[in-house]
Amino acid sequence: MLLEVRGLSKSFGGVAANVDISFVVEQGEILGLIGPNGAGKTSLFNSISGEVTPDAGEILLDGRRISGLGPVACAEAGIARTFQVVRSFDSMTVLENVMVGAFARHRTSRAAMAAAGDVLEFCGLAPRAGRPAWSLSPPEKRRLEVARALATQPRLLLLDEMLTGLTPTEAQSGVQLIRDVRARGVTVIMVEHVMEVVLPLVGRAVVLNLGRVLTIGRPEEIVKNPEVIRAYLGDRYVAH
Amino acid sequence: MGLIYALVAAGLSLIFGLMDVVNFAHGELLMLAMFAVFVLRGVSGADPLLLMPVVALLLFGAGMAIYRGLIARALSVQFNRGMVQIFVTFGLAIFLRGAAQFAFGGEFKSVTGHWLADRSVNLAGVFLPLPQLAAGVVCLLAFAALLAVSRTEFGRALEATREDREAVALIGIDRDRIFALGWALGCATVGIAGAMLAGFYYVNPNVGTSFALIAYVTVALGGFGSMLGALVAGILIGEVEAVTAALFEPAWKQIGVFGIYLVVLMVRPRGLFGKL
Amino acid sequence: MENGILARRRRELITGAVVLAALAVLPLPIADVYTRNLIIITLLFAGLAQAWNILGGYCGQISLGHALYFGAGAYVATLLFVNAGFPPLIGMFVGGAVGGLLALLVGWPCFRLSGHYYAIATVVVGEIGYLLFLNWDYVGGATGVYVPFKGDSWLALQFKTQKLPYHYVTLAFAAAAWFAAWLIEGSRWGFAWRAVRDDVVAARSLGVRVFASKMAAAAISGFFTGLGGAIFAQYVGYIDPESVLGGQFSILIALPAVLGGVGTLWGPVVGAAVLMPVSELSRSYLGGSGRGFDLMLYGALIVVVALARPQGLVSLLGRRRERARAA
Repeated sequence: MLLEVRGLSKSFGGVAANVDISFVVEQGEILGLIGPNGAGKTSLFNSISGEVTPDAGEILLDGRRISGLGPVACAEAGIARTFQVVRSFDSMTVLENVMVGAFARHRTSRAAMAAAGDVLEFCGLAPRAGRPAWSLSPPEKRRLEVARALATQPRLLLLDEMLTGLTPTEAQSGVQLIRDVRARGVTVIMVEHVMEVVLPLVGRAVVLNLGRVLTIGRPEEIVKNPEVIRAYLGDRYVAH
Repeated sequence: MGLIYALVAAGLSLIFGLMDVVNFAHGELLMLAMFAVFVLRGVSGADPLLLMPVVALLLFGAGMAIYRGLIARALSVQFNRGMVQIFVTFGLAIFLRGAAQFAFGGEFKSVTGHWLADRSVNLAGVFLPLPQLAAGVVCLLAFAALLAVSRTEFGRALEATREDREAVALIGIDRDRIFALGWALGCATVGIAGAMLAGFYYVNPNVGTSFALIAYVTVALGGFGSMLGALVAGILIGEVEAVTAALFEPAWKQIGVFGIYLVVLMVRPRGLFGKL
Repeated sequence: MENGILARRRRELITGAVVLAALAVLPLPIADVYTRNLIIITLLFAGLAQAWNILGGYCGQISLGHALYFGAGAYVATLLFVNAGFPPLIGMFVGGAVGGLLALLVGWPCFRLSGHYYAIATVVVGEIGYLLFLNWDYVGGATGVYVPFKGDSWLALQFKTQKLPYHYVTLAFAAAAWFAAWLIEGSRWGFAWRAVRDDVVAARSLGVRVFASKMAAAAISGFFTGLGGAIFAQYVGYIDPESVLGGQFSILIALPAVLGGVGTLWGPVVGAAVLMPVSELSRSYLGGSGRGFDLMLYGALIVVVALARPQGLVSLLGRRRERARAA
């Protein structure tokens, strides 16, 4: 067990984003975090990555409490993330972007540069290394975020809607990248609200609705769960 | 005084809240308004109070022109947008100050022959000079008008543009037009403040600077984009200034204001009424 | 690809050395005091703008209160000399240290503010400094402090008639600031700072300590600014709050960097090389004929450059190089 979320609750200005959420993430798995818009997925990500402090409950990485320590401590502990709305460092080149992540583990620029080069190679961005980040295409920018996160040598990678809005071909190569990441021994949690994209990829999925855990299970169980269908499609599609 | 601050700040706040631009030429626009009163007074001999709508209209036009000519361009640059905005408006400020010096010289001038000048009313034993009193009343009226505008359809369009720029484009509101009107309105507000101020304050190319500084503080104190914040903060600053000036040497009054500002910001980093 | 960055850095260092050498011999054939003075001022501002660039450019914290550190450096070094006979050659480093400390002191509360709130807070802090010195009798209040002349001396950085020594002092200052920026650009800090500038949230998520980054940038920036202030004080021989602490001065420090190109090595240098002569010439040639015209020109120049070249003047150089490479 790599990560454990215990009874996590968080509300923003009286609106409950997450209510009493508990689940575990096993070492080496790809866990899906799905649910309709506004289900509290991104908010949960923000808690796990340390960006926000939960109101109640705790998050343990390898049994060590990380909730409330802030994003820097979480990054050092081995949690990396990408963002739903791409946040590249636009004034820097692709290589420099990834070097920022690599500096989390390396002191000298030479070492960081070498490490960043490796990661770029891995993510298929090596030909773009010298380009300014702003000039990349949207799918390339997504890849850049993954590369930057991987450069911090995480144990757990949080992907926030990495596949959303991509063409089928682009999504396919994204899926391959995620598989490769897992093959490197990095555990992955991916947020996605389009179920069809995630389910073939993940071993298990946590379904959130209105801030609560609706169900946790394997993909084939989830698609049959009437509550999931109701949450996504509304009552009339539930077979009686 | 606090009310004038509030009104100057309201114009600034309007522009900022709308498009995230801090107008560093704000003080110079105030100065421009004061000179406009000075010139119009010289030409027409009309009373500053009557000239106020004219000046407001002039500044309305100026604001529109500044937006179209400079700000729209500054907003469309790809890089360093924040810095371009600061330095475009700052360059404009220097330009306007230079222009005023070029046209009017650097001496202190005052608008004379104001029919309210040197009159005061006795209010329960306290003598209130009329120009200041009138200025206060006008400022309150202008504020009421500004708040009223924000209730109209145009106000809602402004609000919507502020909230979500893309969505606004979808429902067919011309963002550019709204921004231009916002600038014009913000500047007209300054025009009114300037016209009132000219009634009892000296006019000089550099007069804007000190007011602008106070205006920035007022806006930041009240919270960028908040009209109510600007009003409350403006009055607060006027009071603090008066109190510190009364208690200590007059020179310390600004330090008092700035001190209060810093203390408030430590507690509320986005001002009294800013959204956190 | 990895060599791309290293090669570029080496090229920049070589360019820097060449420019330094050229500037070292530049004043020798120029006897004209006016021109020499102009070069000295330009060098001083190249250094100051570079100092500002370290915080404002690389780290993206737009400070409009740098006059505070400049003034502090100027006052500390001068008062040490006037009241305690402490040699300015060493005193200027004390001035720089005070500038850096002040920057930390200002940064501690202000770096919690973001964007315009930060910029305006720095204006206010700078203004408080100005008002304090204006009303503080020990430091001469509004009258300021004269630096007594005690004979030509490197230790005191005083030279009655010569301009040349000042040329080398300001050149060393500008070169030191440039070299500091060069070092930062290639270091872990430089990367962290630029990440903070571009996207704070993303930087944090990658383990960048945002607050510490800003503080480090502020301290270095404040140090060089204070150093520049101390040199300025010895050069001019007289300081008062208006000339070294005024709000206008804060902008003057930032302008060359912004016009030349923020967050670039050569931006502040190019900006100062363009801006200082223009402002000086327009003041001397046009300032007399119609007061204010020089300001109009100056203001218009800022607006035009900011709008036409948002990346700064250095981007013109870069573009030509690209075109040359393409051809």
